[in-house]
This record gives sequence, C-alpha cells and structure tokens, in this order.
Amino acid sequence: MATYIQVDPTQKLEPFKSVKKLPLEEYFTSGHRTCQGCESALVMKMMVKAAGPRSIILGSTGCMYVANTTYYSTSWVVPWMHTQLGSSGSAALGTSAALKVLMRKGKIKNEPINVIAFCGDGGGADMGVGAISATLTHAEYNSLILMYDNESYANTDIQLSGSTPWGANTTFSSPGKVKRIMHRRWKKNMAGMMAAGHPECKYVATICMSYGLHGMNAIRKALAIGGPTFIHSLDPCPKGWDYDPYLSHEMGELAVNSGVWPLYEVENQVLRLTGRTEQIAAGKIRRVPVRDYLLKQGRFAHFTNDDIDYFQDKVDEMWDKWLIPGVIPFRKDVEADPPALN
Amino acid sequence: MATATLVEEQRATDKTALITGSEAIAVACKLADVDVITAYPIRPYDTVMQYICKLVANGEMDCEYIVAEGEHSQFEIVKHACACGARVFCGSSGVGWMYAMEALTVTPALRIPMVAMVGNRALDDPGAFGVEHNDALTVRDLGWQLVWVDSAQEALDTALIAYRVSEDRRIFLPCAISCDGAFLTHSQALVKIPSQEKVNQFLPRYNRADLQLHPDNPITVAPQGNEDWVMEIRRQNYAAMERVSLVLKEAYADFDRIFGRSYGNPFFEEYETEDADIVLMGMGTLSTPVRVGIRKMRTEGKKVGFVRMRWFRPFAAADLAESLGRFKAVGVIDRDYSFGSPYMSGVLTTEVRSAMYSAPGPKPPVLGFIAGLGGREVTVPDVEKVAGAVYQAAEGKSQPLTQWIGLRE
Repeated sequence: MATYIQVDPTQKLEPFKSVKKLPLEEYFTSGHRTCQGCESALVMKMMVKAAGPRSIILGSTGCMYVANTTYYSTSWVVPWMHTQLGSSGSAALGTSAALKVLMRKGKIKNEPINVIAFCGDGGGADMGVGAISATLTHAEYNSLILMYDNESYANTDIQLSGSTPWGANTTFSSPGKVKRIMHRRWKKNMAGMMAAGHPECKYVATICMSYGLHGMNAIRKALAIGGPTFIHSLDPCPKGWDYDPYLSHEMGELAVNSGVWPLYEVENQVLRLTGRTEQIAAGKIRRVPVRDYLLKQGRFAHFTNDDIDYFQDKVDEMWDKWLIPGVIPFRKDVEADPPALN
Repeated sequence: MATATLVEEQRATDKTALITGSEAIAVACKLADVDVITAYPIRPYDTVMQYICKLVANGEMDCEYIVAEGEHSQFEIVKHACACGARVFCGSSGVGWMYAMEALTVTPALRIPMVAMVGNRALDDPGAFGVEHNDALTVRDLGWQLVWVDSAQEALDTALIAYRVSEDRRIFLPCAISCDGAFLTHSQALVKIPSQEKVNQFLPRYNRADLQLHPDNPITVAPQGNEDWVMEIRRQNYAAMERVSLVLKEAYADFDRIFGRSYGNPFFEEYETEDADIVLMGMGTLSTPVRVGIRKMRTEGKKVGFVRMRWFRPFAAADLAESLGRFKAVGVIDRDYSFGSPYMSGVLTTEVRSAMYSAPGPKPPVLGFIAGLGGREVTVPDVEKVAGAVYQAAEGKSQPLTQWIGLRE
C-alpha cells in the first residue's frame, strides 16, 4: 500500500517496570502555587517525568497555567509556553509542524522531540474540543494532548463544565430552596469520543494518577507511538470537590473502583480495559457503590437517596447496557422508556 | 551611473506576470520561503491560499500547509509554529478575522512576527462580500503593524518588507497587510517578480534567537504576570512599536537599493499635492477613483491633491500633520465606520484629527466622509462631491464634520 503520511521518528520510550525504576530527575519542580492535595499538579510532574527532557510543553489556560506558572518563578525545567483556553490542539499542531519543517530544511538539528499540549476539562471538553478533534486528524504531526479533568473550571471559581458530574454543586449550579439539582447534564464522554471519531489517531487512554505507574506508561506509549494522541486524566480536586486534601489519592481510587471512571486504552484501534477496570470487568473484584464515592465529597452533600440512586443507575447502565462498557454508549437493542419515578 | 545600471539589470532579471493581489502575496510567500502556512476558507482573502496550495502541489514551495478547522485555530497554529522559529503566513477576511480575535490579541503580546493578509471585507450582518476596513482596524490598539496597499505590485513588495521588519529582533511584532476585497484581491495587474537571489539579499533568515522554544533553550513563555510585571511587559511592546518607524525606513531604503523600486515616504503617498489647495485622504484602492477624479478636476482648474495612508500602525502622526498643514482643508474618506466616535466620524478621520491637534503648525479643517461601505463603488462624481465640500470648508463655510457619500436617499 502506498504511503501518504510521513510521520517523523519518535523517541523510544519503553514502559517503566516499577516505581523503583523511575528516573530521579524532575522536570516540573518548585515554584508553583497549586492547592494542597492538587492531583493535577501531580499529573504535570508525572507527565513530564514520563516524557523526559527532550520535550516541549504547551499549557492552555486553566489551573495548570494560572496557579502553576508564575513570572519569575516557573516550575518548568523543560521549555514551556502558554496557549489560549481552547487552543491545546492548535498549539500541539503548530509546534509539531514547526519542528517537522525546520528539521526537514536543516534549520534545527534533526532529532525526535516530544510535543505535549495539556488542557483542563473546560479548555478541552468545552472550548477546545474542535481544535483537539482537528489535530487528531492530522496524522503526520507527532503530539500528545493531555486533558487533566478536575471536573470544573476550578481556577476561575469552580464553575461547571461539560465534564462536571451530574448534580454537582458548583458556583454555577449551586442548589437552592426550590431547585436542588441545578446541573442536569451527564458528563461528556471525551476519551470515547476522541477514540471513536478519529480513525487515524493511534492512541487514546484514560488514566488517574492514583495509579501513577499506569498513568506514566500510558503517556510514554502515547508519545512513542507516533502521530497525534489523546489522554484523559481524572484528577480529584480538593477545592472543587470539597474534601480534605489528604484524601486526594483515595478519591481517585474510589472513582475507578466505583466504576465511575473506567480505565482503558485504544492502541492502534484495539481497545483494552486496563488496571482495576479490567479486573472489575473480568469479575475479579466488585464495584464499590457510588454512594461511598459521592458522600465523601461536599459537592454532592445536597444529594438525597433518590439522587444517589439515579447516579448509581446511570453508572450501572454504563457497565451493563453499553455495547462496550464505559467506553461507547451504543446499545445492542432499543429499549422501552423506564417507568417514571414517583 | 550606478543606479541606472541597477535598474537596467533589474529589468533584465525580473520576470513580469499578470497576477492578482492575492497571487502577488502568494508569490511573496514562496520567495520568502515561508515554513508554516495555515488556511481556512472565507472570501475574498482565501484566493491567496488557493494559489499557495498550487505552489505546494507543484513543488515550487516547501512548507507545512495546514488547513485548519476555524480561524481561531488557523492563527493559533502559526503563532505556535513561529514561537519555535518557523517563518509563518496566515490570513483572513471580515468576520473570519473577528473569529480569530483572541489569537490576534495574544500574537503581538507574545512578540510573534507573524505576517498575515487581510482581504478586507464588510463585517456581518447582513452578509456582504465587498470591502470595508473595519475588520483589520479592530486590532489597531493591540500591537499589530497595519498597512494598506493599493496594487498587486505593492502587495508583493510590502509582504517582503513586512517579513524583514517584523522579524527584526528590535521589533518582533506581527504585521497585517490589508488588500481591499475584490478591487485588489481579485484584480489582475502586471507585477514585476524579483529574483530569488535579490530576495535572499534583502530578507535574512528568521532567527527567533533567545526566544526560540526548543529543548536547548528551555524558557517559559508567557507565565502569569499580573500586576507585578504586566505593565513593564506592555511597555516593552510600546517600545518595540516605537522602533518600527526607524526599522521600516531602513527596510524601504534597502528595498530601493536592492530591487530598484522606490516608495518614497514609506508611511503615506502623496499625489498632486505640490500646488494643491485642498487634499483628500484615504486608504487602499480608493486611490483609483480619487486619482481619476483629481485628474478631471485639475482640467477644470481645481487644485486638489491626494494623500494615501499606507502604514496605519505605526501612524506617522508628526510627519502627516506637518504635510497636511500645507493645505487649506482636508477631506478624509473612510471605508469604515466607528459608531458613536467623536463627531461620528470614521476611524481614519478621527486619527487624522488626533494627529493634527498636537501639531505645532497650521491646522486646516478636517472633514470626514464615509463612503464605499459593503464594497459599494466610490465613483468619480462621489470624489467631486467630496472635493466640493472640502472647498467649502477651505473658504470658511460651515460644513458637517461627517458626511455619508453615495448613500441612497
């Protein structure tokens, strides 16, 4: 078959074997001002540790810009550049295109350089989804777009995004005397949408840095495989989710173990459930009730038992009725409407 | 004489082609060996990208040619490419330019020397394909260099000058080249295409230097500044814009030396002004009917001149005020509007009045005229009507400060 796509070589990034085998060098260090217990800051640290020093990072507006990157006290050891809220896709594409042409014309040294653009859920699942989608169709440009999803516009004051879970109390969906549930949209299925909608994209994954090695190896795979790739990371946020910062790690585990946050990867169009999610699907462990996850967070403190049941039903539906559990919301058969709640 | 030899040599080596304004800029991109180009469709600027596509497809140009999914991405992609050291080109028209507005805002703030073409077009609503200058003018406060050209030759030449000036380390600001929709983007004229050797002699390679984003230069670009530093950073942009005049003059002088084509005063062009009683002013292809009108009026003994503003940013206020002080009255024709502005005048009129206010010399009355909106033709009788009103003002007779010309009654 003729080759129409010219993909430049990427760095060889073998998976890390264990936590003890991780490199000691840090490329995201002191100088940032993120909140205590911020999981997104951990994602930044792990992301760039996984990528290594020959990397360029583009950061769209959001917590990981505003709180992370301050004039005269940058925490980035690798080159870093701000991009606009909806521009993570365009930043990755433009940077990768520049490297490609400058190397081809001999204007800079020819070597594989990682290009990573990150965005929050507001910048990714809301404003930037068009640009990310476009970049995932440009198969000849190597880049990774990483969406760190703390489930709200957490830097601007905790406003809801298209990635905020149903019913959550945010400053744009605070419950009142008449209306308890002000946010009635279900969370957007970003990774599934990116995987299903972009046949040339070689790697899409969901991660949660409560499982650090798993997350870092997904990042290494995304960078090594070539072409544009996408990773969706769920990041517990003490400020936006309203819990004690020491619980961040546990909150990520609960999201996965309750089945709310399925871990999977789509590598060269092959889908694999990964980590704890794979074990749940194989029946080796049981899903924890979502009640255990929701009631630890202040943003769901206004929930009644009915609300929790509704949430549990939706998660069960995702596991039991979706054609591919937790990934693609297509069903095998058309079903009758469920009986109305009384 | 050395100059004569150069001109002769120029005639021998330059090729002449019948091309449109858009194609002239595409040829300039090829000659400038642009590295990354992004396209998105909107009339009338899009013709430049159609020509560039052909140049790439025919192997005449080596660049990353990317079709974006919207103007915001279109401008963001090249912004980032330029930060890595790539020479870039982009463009848009009308509401497309407005859709890119956020990207247009950060580009000068990041000191990105992007060169863009604006195929001037009326803003929606209602939809109109014709020329208005409000699109490009929206960035006038942000640090963009803005230039209006009126011929395909000037479009090509100005694109080369724009790269040279924008990419100068003393400047590092973007430049938008405005070409009137249809009248210039789609009109063919004979254009001298300079040789590659001469272009190479005129235009050095883009060197991002200390600001290049690369693992060998691990800088952090545009971290949060806030009240601690933003004011100092703004002041640096102010200083860069202040330096443009000097660097532009150098570039035009070198252009003349290397290509044998002189533009005189880079900032504005004067036509039949030497003995003029009154002058008209305007930007872009308005020059065509105005020049014809002036030639007609001159046969009737009316001494009317024309000043075509070429560079709108930076605005050569002192030079312009000194020049306009020679006349009895000035009539500025705006192909734009600025609703609610002082005296409800157009943007150019307001700027000219502002330039005159602090000038040490004489201050003739400045009348504002709004004409040719939505691509409506500005006719020779329109020009005569404008001149008539300006003559009235010159004679001390009261005139409205803003008049709409060619408006259906």
